[in-house]
Amino acid sequence: MEKTYYDPADLKKFGDVSEFGPELAKKFFDYYGEVFKDGALTAREKSLIALAVAHTVQCPYCIDAYTTDTLERGCSEEQMMEAVHVAVAIRGGSSLVHSVQMMNKVKEVSM
Amino acid sequence: MPSLKHTGNKLFDPQVQLKYLETHINGLNVFDQDLTASGLSPLKPRSLDVLQINVGKVCNQSCHHCHVDAAPDRKESMTTETFQQCLDVVRKNKFSMVDITGGAPELNPNFRWFVSELKKLKVNILVRCNLTIINSHKRFSDLPEFYAENNVEVIASMPYFTKNRTDSQRGDGVFESSIHALQMLNAVGYGMEGSDLRLNLVYNPSGAFLPGDQLALEQQFKKELFDRFSINFNNLYCITNLPISRFLNYLITSGNYQNYMEKLSSSFNPVAAQNVMCREMISVGWDGSLYDCDFNQMLELGVDLESISHISEYDHTALIGRNIRTNQHCYGCTAGTGSSCGGSVV
Ligand code: SF4
Ligand code: SF4
Repeated sequence: MEKTYYDPADLKKFGDVSEFGPELAKKFFDYYGEVFKDGALTAREKSLIALAVAHTVQCPYCIDAYTTDTLERGCSEEQMMEAVHVAVAIRGGSSLVHSVQMMNKVKEVSM
Repeated sequence: MPSLKHTGNKLFDPQVQLKYLETHINGLNVFDQDLTASGLSPLKPRSLDVLQINVGKVCNQSCHHCHVDAAPDRKESMTTETFQQCLDVVRKNKFSMVDITGGAPELNPNFRWFVSELKKLKVNILVRCNLTIINSHKRFSDLPEFYAENNVEVIASMPYFTKNRTDSQRGDGVFESSIHALQMLNAVGYGMEGSDLRLNLVYNPSGAFLPGDQLALEQQFKKELFDRFSINFNNLYCITNLPISRFLNYLITSGNYQNYMEKLSSSFNPVAAQNVMCREMISVGWDGSLYDCDFNQMLELGVDLESISHISEYDHTALIGRNIRTNQHCYGCTAGTGSSCGGSVV
């Protein structure tokens, strides 16, 4: 094992996951490739979504990959940060909205 | 920033650059092996349509990524005699295009005379303009009119549509000056609908990443520049930064060299390799020396012919039969959809 759980060099080895399960890996990567093509959303919009999601799942590989990808697709720093704030808002909001349950419970058990 | 030459940086020396590229392989692919595997070695010209002339290294800017190591402190500039030799070659041979570059070509005292002489020869003329030259001094403020009178196609550098990313690559104040210059070009008809005056922009990434899809970036640039500044242009050309000169220095000093080269070399595309620009052009240096392209020029890799090294010895047939000199830097032209002075090649 490495001394750390995350090694930036491992990102390039993503494709190697097929070693332990080629069929599913192929299905996954084919699917992945299709997902990110231009469609009803542009590849650039999808890349910004991926950047935001990467921050939500806090995956250093994905943050690395989609920072580069959004830069390559011509996104500005402002656009990238706004995308991250969307993730932050949803993430924070999803915690905060649960406080309604807390409030419900408080009201239920309080005089 | 001063030039590598001015600061005494050893990477100024093309031999040092080549040695670095050749010795820092660290598991990278080797360009000439990829070329051989694609059945393209030795790389040969297909035609000789474009004469690209680098009229000197003097520039009013000193961008961080400059592969010419151009700057205000450089002195190299083409002489009248060499310009005359270029004109003789254009007169006697059939080129579809004469592509004038630098430095800032407009800073060469012979520039306007040379363009006017080319016009008499009825050849298409293209000038690579850094835009800020137009506002750098009042003697340049009529350049848009001059270009228009001579029906010059203008290729203008515009690395991004925001100030911070443009200025971080090209220097403080460049963005605003470039926007103003583009508006001046539009005002005389450049890039406008229904006009024959062509204005194309060059985008190259402001850092150690590759350019994305050219068409998608063009759409974004068109929208942003029009919405914010009412600027029109014809096409956007995406150019990959090649690992030479100041960009090589940036890659090494910022610790990005290995990753960048891995990305370039692992994105080698044989179709892009088939279409590299050196297969259609010849490049002339400020002193009249001949090269396969502007990048080989900066690495001082002269044309691979014993009898010909200078524009005064120009021989169309011999040059079309030459072998093109390639090395690791060529990965910059063959990654993904490829890169050339006219953008993607696939
Ligand atoms: S990139 Fe162009 S504008 Fe910038 S220093 Fe080099 S020649 Fe001048
Ligand atoms: S760097 Fe020059 S010689 Fe190499 S592939 Fe590109 S255009 Fe051709």
